[in-house]
Amino acid sequence: MLVFESLTKKYGAITAVDNLNLKIGRSEFFGLLGPNGAGKTTTIRMLSTLTTPSSGSIYIDGLKIDRNLTGIKARIGVVPQHMNLEGEMTAWQNLELHGRLYGLKKEARQQRIEELLEFTELSDRAHDLARKLSGGMKRKLMIARALMHRPEILLMDEPTVGLDAAVRRKMWDLMKGLNKNGLTVLLTTHYIEEAEILCGRVGLMNGGKLVELDTPDNLIAKTGRFVLEYFENGETRSRFFASRQDAIQSAAGMEGGVNIRPANLEDTFITLTNRKVGG
Amino acid sequence: MQFMTILWQEYVLFKAKFWSITTGTMIAPVLYLIAFGWGLGSGMQVGGSSYIDFVIPGIIALTTMTVSFSTIANDINISRTYTMTFEEFMIAPVSMLVLALGKITAGALRGLYSAFIIILLAMIFRAGLQVDGYLLLLTTLNCLVFSALGFTAGLLIQSHGDMAKFNSFIITPMSFLCGTFFPLDRMPSGIKEFIWLLPLTHTTLALRDRGSDILSAFIHPVVLLLYLLIFLVVGVMICNRAE
Repeated sequence: MLVFESLTKKYGAITAVDNLNLKIGRSEFFGLLGPNGAGKTTTIRMLSTLTTPSSGSIYIDGLKIDRNLTGIKARIGVVPQHMNLEGEMTAWQNLELHGRLYGLKKEARQQRIEELLEFTELSDRAHDLARKLSGGMKRKLMIARALMHRPEILLMDEPTVGLDAAVRRKMWDLMKGLNKNGLTVLLTTHYIEEAEILCGRVGLMNGGKLVELDTPDNLIAKTGRFVLEYFENGETRSRFFASRQDAIQSAAGMEGGVNIRPANLEDTFITLTNRKVGG
Repeated sequence: MQFMTILWQEYVLFKAKFWSITTGTMIAPVLYLIAFGWGLGSGMQVGGSSYIDFVIPGIIALTTMTVSFSTIANDINISRTYTMTFEEFMIAPVSMLVLALGKITAGALRGLYSAFIIILLAMIFRAGLQVDGYLLLLTTLNCLVFSALGFTAGLLIQSHGDMAKFNSFIITPMSFLCGTFFPLDRMPSGIKEFIWLLPLTHTTLALRDRGSDILSAFIHPVVLLLYLLIFLVVGVMICNRAE
């Protein structure tokens, strides 16, 4: 349903996104992972029409995304990385503004605002100015705002950045619930654990390119399901194995402390991005 | 619907900051009226009438210009480069033309509010000011022209520092040169013709002459309308490309 076709964005000599080809299915929870400058945010910005591609296109159900095609834009909800609520307006008014911009009628708008404030546990702060809300509340309000017009696709660019662990976990529940109800979610995140828990498929970006694409489990299997960590020449090194038994056998002759544990997506991410960067 | 939404948002923000906006808008015109009306101009006559009567149309023109321009230019610039709230409009299903028209109208309404305040002040200062449809038309056009310029500048200019430079090099010189405080015929040839090309000159002259001849009645509003169309088209084009 969501297709990126040879999508490229250049800023002068810098290629932020390099020939991205990707298909994301309906109701999929898809994660884009990558180090800083990998091109994740630029990809989201092109999808939300904030940035114009240098070449290539993005299609939703075969319809090309364009800044002036208002029908297509209404199918997308965006939670940007930065807080961009109107601080001098209340939580309710922020949602009301969004609802009005997306053409919701008064009754439907008010009902939806009440629904979303309850869903995000912000009902008691509805009439507080947005600038007076805590970081976590602002994030929740931004998600509520993006959902106001019942989009089919929700773009979330680092939605949990800067939140404490407890609030982040609550946000995960919220995001999982949305996806279970059929919403297609495209998430970018620095928190690899977040992608591992939430995403059905993950794309690893590096230097503007999509370097790997698979389920978190398959990506982990590509590098090895178990990791042996040992200390050598002043740094911690890792070796990957298909089974714990293989890792134990390899560690048998080693001197000093070793650690054998199940590999996670972070190990895979570091290994794959380093490998691709380093060739 | 979206056009009205943009105005609704501006109304909500205006209501929230009503007193600071009102007092802020009053300061400059009050100072002009005290300095040029009571102070410098108390014993002066221009064209057979008192200087305060002469200067009031200029003050209306320049204040509505600065209020309309700075309201929208700063709003767009800050919301693009600092608070990022402009993105909410860019990603919404709103055409760039409607977005431009909404923002420009919002800026113009703030300009008209400042005109209303000046008219009240002019009454307090007992200046002879005739309030009629022609004054309203010209003031509205002036507000729309400079709001449209503010919209374009707010989209083009990338920092607050550069916005201040734009003010220093474009808006401030117009405030003083476009016949606001003195008759244009006192300017040397060459400079006078250049000043004639500027939009604020047409507002000032039209407000002062009050449609007494064909030039005032038609040419000045038409020139302002042309400026408005140019700024609107350029603004929409830039909005389509803005990132």
